[in-house]
Amino acid sequence: MTDFSLSNPIMPAYYDASLPPAKISVRNLNFFYGPQQALFRNSLDIASHRVTAIIGPSGCGKSTHIRVYNRIYQLYPDYLAEGEVLLDGQNILDASQDLMELRRRLGMVFQRPIPFPLSIYDNVSFGLRQHYRLSKSETADWVEEALRGAALWDEVKDFLHRPGTSLSGGQQQRLCIARAIVVKPEVLLMDEPCSAIDPVATAKVEELILELKSEYTIVIVTHNMQQAARISDFTAFFYRGHILDFGATKDIFNKYSLLDDIPRKEHLDALLQSDRPLGTPLS
Amino acid sequence: MKLRPPTGRRLTNLTVSIWAGASALLGIFILFWILYVVLVRGLGALNLEFFTHLPTPPGMGGGGLANAIVGTLFLTAAATLIAVPLGLMAGIYLAEFSEDSRAGDYSRFSANVLMGMPSIIVGVFAYALVVVPLGHFSGYAGALALSILMLPVITRTTEDMLRLVPNTLRESALALGAPRWKVTLAIVFRAAKGGLITGILLAVARVSGETAPLLFTALNSPYWFGSLGEPTPNLTVTIFNYAMSPYPDWQQKAWGASLLITFGVLILTVLARFLLREKKV
Repeated sequence: MTDFSLSNPIMPAYYDASLPPAKISVRNLNFFYGPQQALFRNSLDIASHRVTAIIGPSGCGKSTHIRVYNRIYQLYPDYLAEGEVLLDGQNILDASQDLMELRRRLGMVFQRPIPFPLSIYDNVSFGLRQHYRLSKSETADWVEEALRGAALWDEVKDFLHRPGTSLSGGQQQRLCIARAIVVKPEVLLMDEPCSAIDPVATAKVEELILELKSEYTIVIVTHNMQQAARISDFTAFFYRGHILDFGATKDIFNKYSLLDDIPRKEHLDALLQSDRPLGTPLS
Repeated sequence: MKLRPPTGRRLTNLTVSIWAGASALLGIFILFWILYVVLVRGLGALNLEFFTHLPTPPGMGGGGLANAIVGTLFLTAAATLIAVPLGLMAGIYLAEFSEDSRAGDYSRFSANVLMGMPSIIVGVFAYALVVVPLGHFSGYAGALALSILMLPVITRTTEDMLRLVPNTLRESALALGAPRWKVTLAIVFRAAKGGLITGILLAVARVSGETAPLLFTALNSPYWFGSLGEPTPNLTVTIFNYAMSPYPDWQQKAWGASLLITFGVLILTVLARFLLREKKV
């Protein structure tokens, strides 16, 4: 493991100098919970086939931000997003956007694993049946592939017809990942996927994220700074609904010494006040 | 500063506790009183003939209420078949699709009013709607009246039970790209299954003892149950007629029928509570 001491600069698991193409480009995104504005002029590029971490203190809009990408916020009638979220150049906030297809392309893993009240097998095949016409044996193959992809197959292959809720918390979260990847999405949105599971399960999920990176573009919201440093290539630092800074994880972590102590509120407020353009050096 | 003496407070507390406890005891006492009397008086009427034979004229002895038992089962089943799909769908609308719109508020309010509607009014309504145009009493009219009584109960319990399902579950299913109706029927419904069945059982329990709406609609009949297109024998109107008659053997049968209905409803209610409790665990 990397040595996270002061003298050693942090080396993320993957780092290259050239910026990969953007899978998602967010431009001037504002978000409102009814009358209350939660996101302010967010602009961000999510690199294709990389892990982008979204960090920041509680209640600063991290989850709100990624919940715009698949428009899941629309479950609630008085929530509103304005601006542009371009997925491969197409603005997904357009009224004409097909939500079902959008949500197939962007899978989401939530904070708390919530298996459907169905068997393990049906938990995975549920999404599959929404989007693909497959024979029984093909479905079984896809389900197996997804469960293998989520590193869960060996643990559940003999009890596929038990209820999904019979699994442990960590297994349930991997079931939710299998459920999300079975429909072959392009992007995986992970909303604090490890905050409700134990450290051993967390290690498994992190390992899994690094494996999934080759196939998916991953955006992960996390409270855990060490986790962001371990698994992400890029980091967006959110504060009070603004994107305070964005860049390669190594740079962001060095700049704010995020692994050493929690940035002071006054300091962050001052940064926010200065309202400098993104990416310009501090000091 | 002087502290208030605790005596007055204690006395009030004691009075209220005794009053509340006594009221609760009185309610329970009345319930068990009814159950006891119905059991003691009705048990003598129940024998194999009661369940297998047609009623006999007064004074002849023997005979049973098999036709009324069968008729009540058919009436309740038909009413359930009408009310369950409508009630479930209305409940789905209120919980999942109305998004607190004005139409949703009006529907919910109407359901609440309908729930308190005197059942005899519902009976007259079905009479005007079905019996008058057809020109004769029929089981269909009875089933319609009962289903109108069931509808608001099923609608409101369905709404309440669906609202108990956490939104996070809806979100995870919607995030997979499933349409809203599919999420509701395949995921949310399954999560609320125990509660939904409870609602239906309570609605069945509510109408299986109804008499007034049947007086104007299904009427009654001393013959075997033939079809819902004709006057249909049923237990509650039979109780009404027999209990009012001067013949001891008919009165005895009314006690038997009362026992059957009371304990049928009791069992349904207990079953409903049991299912609801099982769901919470």
